[in-house]
Amino acid sequence: MPRVEMTQQLYRFFPQLKSQDITVPAGSAAEVLLAINEIAPGFTDYVLDEHGALRRHVNLCINNSVVIDKIKLSDRVADDATVYIFQSLSGG
Amino acid sequence: MSDMILLGTRKGTIIFDRINASWQPRPIAHSGVPVCYAARDPRDGTLWASLDHGHWGPKLSRSRDGGASWVDISSLKYPLGARYIVKYLPTPDFNPETPSAQPEYSDATVLKIWNIAFGNANQPGRLYAGTIPGGLFVSDDGGDSWELNNPLWSHHSRGGDLFAGDASSVNHWNGTPASIDYGVFEPGIHSIVVDPRDSNHIYVAVSTAGVIETTDGGQSWEGRNRGMLMDYLPNPESEWGHDPHFVTNCPGQPDHLWQQNHCGIFYSDNGATSWQKVSKPDLGVNFGFPIVADANDGRAAWVVPARADSERMAIDGGLFVARTTDGGQSWQSFRNGLPQNNAYDIVLRHGLDVSGDCLCFGSTTGNVYLSADRGETWQCLGSNFPPIYSVRFG
Repeated sequence: MPRVEMTQQLYRFFPQLKSQDITVPAGSAAEVLLAINEIAPGFTDYVLDEHGALRRHVNLCINNSVVIDKIKLSDRVADDATVYIFQSLSGG
Repeated sequence: MSDMILLGTRKGTIIFDRINASWQPRPIAHSGVPVCYAARDPRDGTLWASLDHGHWGPKLSRSRDGGASWVDISSLKYPLGARYIVKYLPTPDFNPETPSAQPEYSDATVLKIWNIAFGNANQPGRLYAGTIPGGLFVSDDGGDSWELNNPLWSHHSRGGDLFAGDASSVNHWNGTPASIDYGVFEPGIHSIVVDPRDSNHIYVAVSTAGVIETTDGGQSWEGRNRGMLMDYLPNPESEWGHDPHFVTNCPGQPDHLWQQNHCGIFYSDNGATSWQKVSKPDLGVNFGFPIVADANDGRAAWVVPARADSERMAIDGGLFVARTTDGGQSWQSFRNGLPQNNAYDIVLRHGLDVSGDCLCFGSTTGNVYLSADRGETWQCLGSNFPPIYSVRFG
């Protein structure tokens, strides 16, 4: 099953995810996020807008690649993949 | 007089408590998170903060234990199909009176929750939230769920019902610079005024469009901008395109409304049927962002003037508060206790409040000043706060 890693900034809002090995069923990136939302209700509201698109300053990667479809998050997440969720940084 | 002051700041929510006649700040809440507005619901004591997360989207945060703990709420969302006509930053040859030949549309998403307002006592649980890109949201269950006010969203001044199809009228709502941080140039609702005599009677102010009123609980809306004057349009008396910076009323005389506008200070004593410009530019009383009215005397109001418009800071390095008690016919300036040299403060639209004889304001320079004598003398409550976006007595 795919693993999920995320910025510790999100633990502030979802402490139940801290120090947890998060694994979810394979599927689309959107389905991965919904699976996390099952563990931590409200999670998708922090990374997606009300239309299900990735928020402007959030990055979602599958292994070493940034997801291509940031609107519907249809990119496939394979069984052995790792999904990374980070805030987008612009330096400073 | 209130015993609590809430600050919404660039780095969180700061609450002052009045203890033994001294104002004491608590440790910051929402540490590190920009809070664009914080206020206390006078009906049940619930505290509210509008969080402006840079990465995670805007959220409302609610405390039902006086600020000891806060819970984020994510339920304020535009419904599927909510669209707006895209505006672009003005260019040197931009003419806001001229609509684009082919309107472009964008799905609406909440970018900023700019203001929170509370219903009257006869509507417990009724809350209002004004947003960028220009939607008014209403809750009737204390903020657990929210609904977009569609008649205002689909108003003819904004292109009509875009749920049903493309624009059926000209979009007169222009962008606010406050939206640029979100990568757009769209309007915002920053002022929501509920008539204490009649819960169905509400004013909202939009940057940049003007003042709009409903008398039927939000089922229909009409512009209320007669008498308003703009310095920046070919027709200064145009029905739309006004830039109210903040609008408020006198709770004891609700037909007395005050407006600090980009183009001066405006006053209405007839429920916004008409406005009168009451600025005194020769006294430096003209441009600014916040304005408050006395609780009982509709002719009395306070402003914190600033240099218009490209500078947006204290005039000639001296900070002052101006007060009128005669409906803006005359203004008195008060400087006692405020810095008169090297002051570069600007007080934003929600950065001034009044409670009885007590006034308080905070600036983007992180200074907080309090007056206990109707603005005549001031004391500093601190000079090292984060940039301050809102000040509200609790």
